[in-house]
Amino acid sequence: MPEKTAATTASTGTETVTTTAAAPDTVLVTKAPKARSLWSDAWHDLRRNPLFLVSAGLIVLLLIVSAFPGLFTSASPRDADLANHYLGQPNWSHFFQPDWFGYDGQGRSIYSRVVYGARASIIVGVGVTALVTILGTLVGMIAGYFGGWVDTILSRITDIFMGIPFLLGALVVLTSFEKRAIWVVILALVFLGWTQIARVARGSVITIKQADYVVAAKALGASTTRILTRHVLPNAVAPIIVVATIALGGYIAAEATLSFLGVGLAEPTVSWGVDVSSGREQLRNAPHVLIIPSVMVSITVLSFLMFGDAVRNALDPKLR
Amino acid sequence: MGRYVARRLLQMIPVFIGSTFLIFAMMYALPGDPVRALMGDQAYDPAVVASIRSDLGLDQPLWQQYLTYMSNLVQGDFGTEIASKREIADIIAQAFPITLRLTLFAFTFTVLVGIGLGVIAGLRPDSVRDRGLLALTLVLISMPSFVLGYLMQYIFAFQLGVTTATVQDSENFGDLMLPAIVLGSLSLAYVARLTRTSMAENLRSDYMRTAVAKGLPRHRIIGVHLMRNSLVPVVTFLGTDIGNLMTGAIVTEGIFNVQGIGKTIFDALTRREGATVVGIASLIVLVYLLTSLLVDLLYAVLDPRIRYA
Repeated sequence: MPEKTAATTASTGTETVTTTAAAPDTVLVTKAPKARSLWSDAWHDLRRNPLFLVSAGLIVLLLIVSAFPGLFTSASPRDADLANHYLGQPNWSHFFQPDWFGYDGQGRSIYSRVVYGARASIIVGVGVTALVTILGTLVGMIAGYFGGWVDTILSRITDIFMGIPFLLGALVVLTSFEKRAIWVVILALVFLGWTQIARVARGSVITIKQADYVVAAKALGASTTRILTRHVLPNAVAPIIVVATIALGGYIAAEATLSFLGVGLAEPTVSWGVDVSSGREQLRNAPHVLIIPSVMVSITVLSFLMFGDAVRNALDPKLR
Repeated sequence: MGRYVARRLLQMIPVFIGSTFLIFAMMYALPGDPVRALMGDQAYDPAVVASIRSDLGLDQPLWQQYLTYMSNLVQGDFGTEIASKREIADIIAQAFPITLRLTLFAFTFTVLVGIGLGVIAGLRPDSVRDRGLLALTLVLISMPSFVLGYLMQYIFAFQLGVTTATVQDSENFGDLMLPAIVLGSLSLAYVARLTRTSMAENLRSDYMRTAVAKGLPRHRIIGVHLMRNSLVPVVTFLGTDIGNLMTGAIVTEGIFNVQGIGKTIFDALTRREGATVVGIASLIVLVYLLTSLLVDLLYAVLDPRIRYA
């Protein structure tokens, strides 16, 4: 097979911007004359990218909502009033009121459930991404740096996990648990999801370990730990972060899909996937019960996708 | 070429064994017991449960169960379901063609529309239609398939009344159209984006300038020079796609009530019928591995610089 490393996006360490150092007293100086690092260069780009600003704004809003849902609604997501509110239609002009998005089949405020449901999605998305990044980076870095039989074994294990379709594997793991707390769902997704990052990390570590600065560090007698943490990791981290941010949206979608199938989160946990699942019976008469949480899932996934896209464009010099 | 294929097939064996063993282990080692599930809520005698378990071989160590299972499987014996006593081979024979039809339908849709849209956008990078397509694909990718599925069902079945909400006849291509579109839409978005990016990149390449400079007709420049080079990453993606579509069918078949393997495996999971789950999962893993081999061989067709020893 043609050896295709996933890390075609591997960056070239530090990027030197060669602007001629202009005399400080001229009024024409608009650019900072000093060389910027990859990160500050990326940040320079991102600040001007409307896609990034919009998605970052949405993500910050989602984080605030999931941390302090009580700030956004006074209604409890579990208060059910069947008598008055069974499948109540949305009142689009009642902003931030409990009846803004109508009521579900148990007479619970959909607006309130949507607000409180953000937390589950964010915890799963961020939790899985963090753990997958740590585990995947560790495996990929060890495999890529040491090579030889270590690499062979770790790469075969990665292949085996990759051979299992993600959704199918998650279904098999999760149906085994009767009580599915949020951490069970997180661990199940991490168990199956770490391979992607491991491959990316392995690929970029393989290119980096041949770099002059790594050879120099070795020649100076630096220990393996020092080389890995001070030289290899900081330079390998850019493609990993890109893949991780884009994957985050996918994990949120996966959680919603699993909860929707009835094997992810379950009542009494408030989750968008659970709400979509409970709205399916009434799709013909009361579509809002299903559509509103569905739209929330999509907006959340979209924000993380756009964010990841923007970060990738900023960090990948090839695309410029 | 022949030696390369043989080597790849040999390399596949450990991955196949590893993946199926992992699924097998997850199915049987984790809590949840098919014999207990058989008893339901009734009171049962632990001795009866133990004897059924030993009849089924569930009391043996995991690796031994796996060996027995696999040696039966390679002889074409998928085993029988514990509760219904049905032959699993029969269940698969009934459900597999339906999913295969749905998957291939979705795949064709993905390839034709995805590459088509990608070409339309990629030929004019940063134009209005390019940005429009990019936005459309972002929206498609961010919609989990159950969201798109119910949305389409609501619009086309309940509001417009063009189709029925669920599939009545899985032999009928008209009936399968909606589920196939829903199933294929995520891949479609990826294919469109990949085609677009790869074409936009190759447009700036030297061989394109040469082709234009020597006065080749436009359809030849785009059709032969540009497309052939741009499709390599797309084909890579499509290789893993058929396996993904088959798993994606779990959700789509549930929404549209298609009696394929997706629905079968989901039902089997809730009943803890391990043999059915592992049997179908092994088939999916096999499809996944074989299609990725096929893709590697396709590379050489698309790019003659790649040679297999």
